[in-house]
Amino acid sequence: MYPAPFEYHRARSVDEAISLLSQYGSDAKLIAGGHSLLPMMKLRLATPAHLIDIRTIDGLQYIEDKGDYIAIGAGTSHAAIEKSDLLKQKMPLLPQAAAVIGDPQVRNMGTIGGSLAHADPAADYPAAVLAAGAQLVAVGEDGERVIPAEEFFVELFQTDLDEREILTEIRVPVISGNTRGAYLKFPHPASRFAIVGCAALVTLENNVCSDVRVAFTGVASTAFRDSGVEDALRGQPLNESTIQKAAEQAAESDELEIMEDNFASEDYRRHLAKVYAKRTLMQIASAF
Amino acid sequence: MEIPIKLTVNGEVVERRVEPRLLLVNFLRDVLGLTGTHVGCDTSSCGACTILMDGKAVKSCTLLAVQADGAELVTVEGLAKNGELHPIQEGFWQEHGLQCGFCTPGMIMAAYQLLEENPNPSEEEIRHALEGNYCRCTGYHNIVKSVQYAAKKLNR
Amino acid sequence: MGKLIGEAVRRVEDRRFITGKATYTDDIKLPGMTYAYIVRSPYAHARIKKIDTSRAKSAPGVIAVFTGEDVKDVNGLPCGWQVNFRNGDTMKEPKHPLLVADKVRHVGDNVAMIVAETREQAKDAAELLDIEYEVLDAVTDPAKAIEEGAPLVHDDVPRNICFDWEIGDKAKTDDAFAKADHVVSLEFRNQRLIPNAIEPRSAIGVYDAARDKYTLYTSSQNPHLIRLLLCAFVLGIPEHKVRVVSPDVGGGFGSKIFHYAEEALVTWAAKQVGRPIKWTAERSESFVTDAHGRDHVTKAEMAFDKNGKILGLRVSTIANMGAYLSTFAPAIPTYLHGTLLQGVYDTPAIYCEITAVFTHTTPVDAYRGAGRPEATYLLERLVDTGARELGMDPAEIRRKNFIPPFDGVKQPGYQTQVALQYDSGNYEATLNKALEIIGYDKLRKEQEEARKQGRYIGIGFSTYIEACGIAPSAVVGALGARAGLYESSIVRVQPTGKVTVYTGSHAHGQGHETTFAQIVADTLGIPLEDVEVVHGDTDAIPFGMGTYGSRSLAVGGSALRKGLDKVIEKGTKIAAHLLEAAEEDLEFANGEWKVKGTDKKITFGEVALAAYVPHNFPEGMEPGLEFSTFYDPANFTFPFGTHIAVVEVDPETGKVTLKRYVAVDDVGTVINPLIVDGQVHGGIAQGIGQALLEEAVYDENGELLSSSFLEYAIPRADDLVSFEVDRTVTPCPHNPLGVKGAGETGTIASTAAVVNAVVDALAPLGIKDLQMPLTPRRVWEAIQQAKAS
Repeated sequence: MYPAPFEYHRARSVDEAISLLSQYGSDAKLIAGGHSLLPMMKLRLATPAHLIDIRTIDGLQYIEDKGDYIAIGAGTSHAAIEKSDLLKQKMPLLPQAAAVIGDPQVRNMGTIGGSLAHADPAADYPAAVLAAGAQLVAVGEDGERVIPAEEFFVELFQTDLDEREILTEIRVPVISGNTRGAYLKFPHPASRFAIVGCAALVTLENNVCSDVRVAFTGVASTAFRDSGVEDALRGQPLNESTIQKAAEQAAESDELEIMEDNFASEDYRRHLAKVYAKRTLMQIASAF
Repeated sequence: MEIPIKLTVNGEVVERRVEPRLLLVNFLRDVLGLTGTHVGCDTSSCGACTILMDGKAVKSCTLLAVQADGAELVTVEGLAKNGELHPIQEGFWQEHGLQCGFCTPGMIMAAYQLLEENPNPSEEEIRHALEGNYCRCTGYHNIVKSVQYAAKKLNR
Repeated sequence: MGKLIGEAVRRVEDRRFITGKATYTDDIKLPGMTYAYIVRSPYAHARIKKIDTSRAKSAPGVIAVFTGEDVKDVNGLPCGWQVNFRNGDTMKEPKHPLLVADKVRHVGDNVAMIVAETREQAKDAAELLDIEYEVLDAVTDPAKAIEEGAPLVHDDVPRNICFDWEIGDKAKTDDAFAKADHVVSLEFRNQRLIPNAIEPRSAIGVYDAARDKYTLYTSSQNPHLIRLLLCAFVLGIPEHKVRVVSPDVGGGFGSKIFHYAEEALVTWAAKQVGRPIKWTAERSESFVTDAHGRDHVTKAEMAFDKNGKILGLRVSTIANMGAYLSTFAPAIPTYLHGTLLQGVYDTPAIYCEITAVFTHTTPVDAYRGAGRPEATYLLERLVDTGARELGMDPAEIRRKNFIPPFDGVKQPGYQTQVALQYDSGNYEATLNKALEIIGYDKLRKEQEEARKQGRYIGIGFSTYIEACGIAPSAVVGALGARAGLYESSIVRVQPTGKVTVYTGSHAHGQGHETTFAQIVADTLGIPLEDVEVVHGDTDAIPFGMGTYGSRSLAVGGSALRKGLDKVIEKGTKIAAHLLEAAEEDLEFANGEWKVKGTDKKITFGEVALAAYVPHNFPEGMEPGLEFSTFYDPANFTFPFGTHIAVVEVDPETGKVTLKRYVAVDDVGTVINPLIVDGQVHGGIAQGIGQALLEEAVYDENGELLSSSFLEYAIPRADDLVSFEVDRTVTPCPHNPLGVKGAGETGTIASTAAVVNAVVDALAPLGIKDLQMPLTPRRVWEAIQQAKAS
């Protein structure tokens, strides 16, 4: 397996990367950890003429406490997120998602920015950032813009990013004392991508769910928040019976086009979404 | 257009000019002649190409050689010191952790990182840490025992 | 004697593997080497209308581009086993060309070979090759392939039937069914598997014009057979002008037995190009070109009396051969499957019919177990189903039907209803031991408790037999083998008493360099370090049939042992001469000859030296101490055992989790228990892979959907548990080592054990059968259906 030839550019700064992107347009691809792009290039499913390496740009790899949110550099590896005590404490569903991506070697190289920008429908982070209510920071020629996670995932392998923009930072809100989150997945036995991944965040006030965020990956062509489950639980106490009821609503939206493949049929995926909604929410309930 | 790279491989500084599309594993195998690192798949699945880059286990089939510029690499050839096997290598030998040997270098390097981070892993932790490395011969039974052997020896 | 046989000696070959110094074919780099890339068909069935090589030929670095036109005068790949139709007609054996000129017949079929200065250039040029295809309808399902009007794989093979075949007594079996109190019937597909040795296949062709000599380095399980097929059948070049080397080989599991087109192509083209050519498969190519395994569509029935005694077995199988006949393909569903249907049971009437068919899929051939897992699967599923339907314990029904113990010496071998004669067996002993290890009664109680809590735990049995080291040659020849199935050895005692042995067996993970050295050191009473085992090079070894079918120790090891006997015999004559004693007054032990009752002795090393410096030597005796031996066994060997799997099924997701796995095998005498256990572990894992994870899936157009490790799941470390293995020892009565073979037992047994366990777990829901692999979706769907009905 050998990629087709390309020109290689090592960007030393975000600005340089943006100017290279502007110069080469759709002929160029950014590479960070390379664990989404390189496999496609080896199969020659992707044949960019120019590769812009942003892995070694200083200042893209960090996890910083900014008070009401945690800023994660887009170049931060899955392994760093998996092991971050700060995140474990303040947004634990993100390290939980990171810990089940691929395998240890993949987690050492793969980056959160790369995974999100690639927008694989079965990747783990998309559900996690949706449930977390993350904001994604993109920088382009015209400066910086902040994209809510809900607006980021457009279609299969397609995001709101312009081809001349770089995702530089992921901002995840810090959870309060009465909020808990979790991420659980049912992996494909071969690829270990999610057949269904469920991320959820629940806030309890006066023993009822005041805020509920439930997001799925692996189920449809993009990760999505499931308002059916969220609405059913909001305002309810968090117990097995309310969870069971809410989970029944998972993946039931009419607008949803559930993926189907040899491993999992539409029915089975929808069923797993309910099971994983229940299990994720039960784990949250047990964490209070 | 070839690009100059400079890196450390098994403690030796290496400088070469490489084609950008050259994969790191092919750089190791074809350019440096370090054929202990193997290629078993084309989907970043099997882990036969696992090496250490700056102390982390990585799949060298999913890295370009140019991305390793400035890095410090250790391959299976760099583990034994002065002819003395590393305890992980010794573990694989003592516990019959290999049969055909093809996955073994990658398996050893993955185990290396595990034991760096977790000197006393449980069986479940060992199995989980090796999920990125395929073996078709051993059923993993003796690989688990090999890592346990190494952990014991390293902790002594 | 007896110091090293049975010892868990650490493998002597390991150091090169654990330090990264092994030499696999792709590790070899020769001066002036070029690289080949094979352009393959993206279609299952298509006519090649045009190939324009001009752009590819002028691409940077390209040395040559070969297409089907260039090799149209070269023979195709031969098949090594002939099975005739029931009516006596010869099986259909269409040409399997090295490169296809007219019509491609499976995805991955070889269309062109590009040779370039670098791998990258060869692959780049492949994209410039202009091929025009006319896509035709394809058929991949063997049951559909024999229907009238199905697309034909080969125009001259009506209904795609390669051959049909039967074994056993049909009338007697039908009669047994007519009289039965109870009949169990199952229909299933023993699904197609993809072997996936972790080392992809690789071949390097070299031609030395000055010496008119070819060398082929290849990742093969049997270099001599490759040389024979390459020379005598494909290229027509003289065998003594070809050297085939199989260096370190990264696993085979059957897939590297066969002669593949790439081996012939690089050898042939090396002469055309005048430089060495290396080809190494990418994993994507392995998926579509390594011979696949299994793929049987089966209807199987078992007749019982009301007490659970088996009265008869009736099997009808359609076996998928793929698009062409691979080297041993016809033997797998017939002589390695139909003849194993006696199992370990005293079934009085058996009948089996096989229809072998061509489809637009990758050729199917031996994959670890090869026919025997399929036989075991159907037997063990039927017996278990019978137990359930008759309300018997699965252990009890087996006990009731076992063939009674026989050692093959005091009691004769057991004559089956399906041609084979078992050598020795004590089947119940393995069951008893396995039950004890698993703690059967307690486990059943735990299962009962778990069920009350809504947990689905299952216990599954598999009591199996296998046939290893198929032989003797005269018999297998009569069954259609186009080769002998003996093995050779050379024992070369060096003048200093060190020993080099050469074996026609080939190790690709089995540890021959250790096991064979143990036999030598033990027999000659010399240190293990004084022995070197050489294998895998046709210029060094007289001839060999290679390693597959768990034959190495039983056949190759016995050839070695026979050679060692000759060394001792001649050594005794030399020692008698030097000690000035009569031969019969000498005894040989611990590496020295002693005159009985005296302290007069001479060491093995001294005798060796005398043999090569024969100043004082028996009159008329040839100098030297070296023997070449060919050993053709009297019969197959028949290992057996009992495996028990314990699983838990998550009823919400359908996911099966393996909880425990017990294996009690009897592989005869054990030379190295460490290695035997390792073989069993690996075999179990592969069988579990078939039960739970692995399946080659084609779509209706013949495209392989499970064409990479992203879709095709092989077991990983966290899919499995540590196995509890033990054994009984019933020696093989007909070979000098008493060994039977251990390479495939695990695979043969474990698939059925796991499936039986899952069905047992779900029995309270009324589930009686499940189709492999038992993916979560399939299990979940079965649960839904059971709940609905």
